[in-house]
Amino acid sequence: MTRIGVVGLGKMGLSHLAILNAHPEAQVAAVCDSNSYVLTTLHKYTGLRVTSDYERLLTEVELDAVVIATPPRLHSEMVRAALERGLHVFCEKPLCLNVADSVELAALADERGLVNQVGYHLRFVASHREAQRLIRAGLLGRIHHVRAEAFGGVVLRAAGSSWRAQRSEGGGCLHDYATHVIDLLTYLIGPPERVGGSVLNRIFSDDVEDEVYATLYFPGGTTGQLAVNWSDDSYRKLTTRVTIWGTNGRLSVDRQELQLFLRDRPSDAASLNKGWNIVYSAGLADGVWYYVRGEEYSAQLDHFVRSVEARRTPTEASFASASQTDRVVGLIKEDAIAPRSAGDHLTYQARPHRRKSFPRLRRFFVGSP
Amino acid sequence: MERVLFGDNQFFGINHMSEEKARAQAMRFQDDRSIIELLDIAYAAGIRVFMCTTHARMASLCDHIRAHPERYAGFQLYPCMPYAHKYADAVTEHGMIGALKRFLPEERAFNALFKGGMALATRDLEAIAQLLIDAEMKSFAGLETPIIFLQNVVTDLLLGLGFVQAFRMFADHVERKYKAEAGFITMNMPRLLDALESVGIDNPIICANINKIGFRMCGGKELYEKTIATRQFRPIAMSVLASGAIPPREAIAYVCAQKQIRSIVFGASSRSTLLETKRLIDELSQPTPSPDSAVEDAFSTGPRHVA
Repeated sequence: MTRIGVVGLGKMGLSHLAILNAHPEAQVAAVCDSNSYVLTTLHKYTGLRVTSDYERLLTEVELDAVVIATPPRLHSEMVRAALERGLHVFCEKPLCLNVADSVELAALADERGLVNQVGYHLRFVASHREAQRLIRAGLLGRIHHVRAEAFGGVVLRAAGSSWRAQRSEGGGCLHDYATHVIDLLTYLIGPPERVGGSVLNRIFSDDVEDEVYATLYFPGGTTGQLAVNWSDDSYRKLTTRVTIWGTNGRLSVDRQELQLFLRDRPSDAASLNKGWNIVYSAGLADGVWYYVRGEEYSAQLDHFVRSVEARRTPTEASFASASQTDRVVGLIKEDAIAPRSAGDHLTYQARPHRRKSFPRLRRFFVGSP
Repeated sequence: MERVLFGDNQFFGINHMSEEKARAQAMRFQDDRSIIELLDIAYAAGIRVFMCTTHARMASLCDHIRAHPERYAGFQLYPCMPYAHKYADAVTEHGMIGALKRFLPEERAFNALFKGGMALATRDLEAIAQLLIDAEMKSFAGLETPIIFLQNVVTDLLLGLGFVQAFRMFADHVERKYKAEAGFITMNMPRLLDALESVGIDNPIICANINKIGFRMCGGKELYEKTIATRQFRPIAMSVLASGAIPPREAIAYVCAQKQIRSIVFGASSRSTLLETKRLIDELSQPTPSPDSAVEDAFSTGPRHVA
């Protein structure tokens, strides 16, 4: 039985908590959040042990692992504290707001032999797993171009007040939406090494970008384009799509469906057609023991719990792989503000960044309910 | 409870198979008239229940039904609440407490609830839940809503958290205020049944995926079959076709062979699919079906791979 502390009870934290609490091999030993109303209510109705003090969670509760789902600004310090106490860590995405921290944490976790995973759940979507399998089998031939897209309609006016609307907290479309598809590209074909032509546009937000565009350059000459916009309410919810062109065809995949067009059928792939092949996640997905909002959310936590049980590393979506995403995010930020030729459109710098002061971590988690 | 219930996913761009199909449906049904046209076909075919999410668009559809009582005699709505994306997006934008504020009727009520501080947490929560339920039910005023459902994301979140008392709060409120029975939608049916019984909700109405390939049936197909066969509750089968992964006759035969299943809910975006599905359910629900091959096929293990 793996004893787990869940930290941060926002949308993702509550979802993780519900899934873990139903896991046969996991025991939620305590939960931690800064909102005492949420804690009191949860304790009253579920009997879960609660605390608003992260340091006390680490020192006073017997734990094997923590699941961290706080705003991204807090990740690096919290993850480090957990690793230093010898705890396995599952952390929400993005791992850190700068790549140096991510790389350091990946090294620290590996050095201590601790299981480490980041919440890039798209890696656990059945159609994406199938896409990776087909790509690795070389069915597409030499891959020359990819397109990665993510659209959704969550920010449609300037009024946002949550951490997601604050740049210093780790909000913004680049950290929140784009990281999903950047990680998915890493999963499918490996990470890009350079970026160019990056654009971080504000549409409605005051402090963060609402759309992200960039050209990606992969080793071996493969190129790619990234297009992400979280202010497009023609989409009902976050919708991603990756399209990959190779010398032997094209593969396009989203959460539900994989479409593969093959120019020639390889002799060893008897189950595939020359021309179109369509596969649905509904037909591929393995059942999960508990379902809240998509098999992938359950599957990623099951992977974490089983990895901790078996002391198995590296996990899928390890810190090391997530640090690649943080590196690409850093490259896009740098590229977007780099001076260009005439007609420069320095959207990211367009408004002076108002620096707020933030309480230290210790102050964020004070007192107890 | 009616045998055949008409569902609404197709009207609001929800399709578990294909984003492209979902978008095409969203376009096709963006005008209320196209939804009403299909509801009328369903009604003419003898379907008397529309099981619908408390989506913002339901307001004008409810207006239409209220305005034409003679056209919709005996027509019932089973509201399913909440439309979760509305809340999830608000949490993304405004944070947890900020989102709650937006959905409560007026800010004063919210502030009053929170003013008492921690000591009032218990009472507050039930009061907040009631206010949210009432807000979701506003559009349905004056219409027949004999069963009111809790949507699966919320049911399964609460179930996972172990917050089972919430089911009791929901059932009590819809019974008291709307003279309705509570229904619960879930992807974790056997576990939910245990939880509902534990808070004294006997013979509950549970709507769950029940299909031949075990799609989103947590605990496994066998446990579902056993639970349905041996325990006291009122199952409603949804995702019977597993989003199109199973041929219709085979899919419906599998469900109809389990006599304890009370109702089947399905969606359709064309007249022909609607009528054909209704006809199949009627045919395969006959009291003594001949042991035709479709029923036998229904229990054989079919391919899980859809190509």
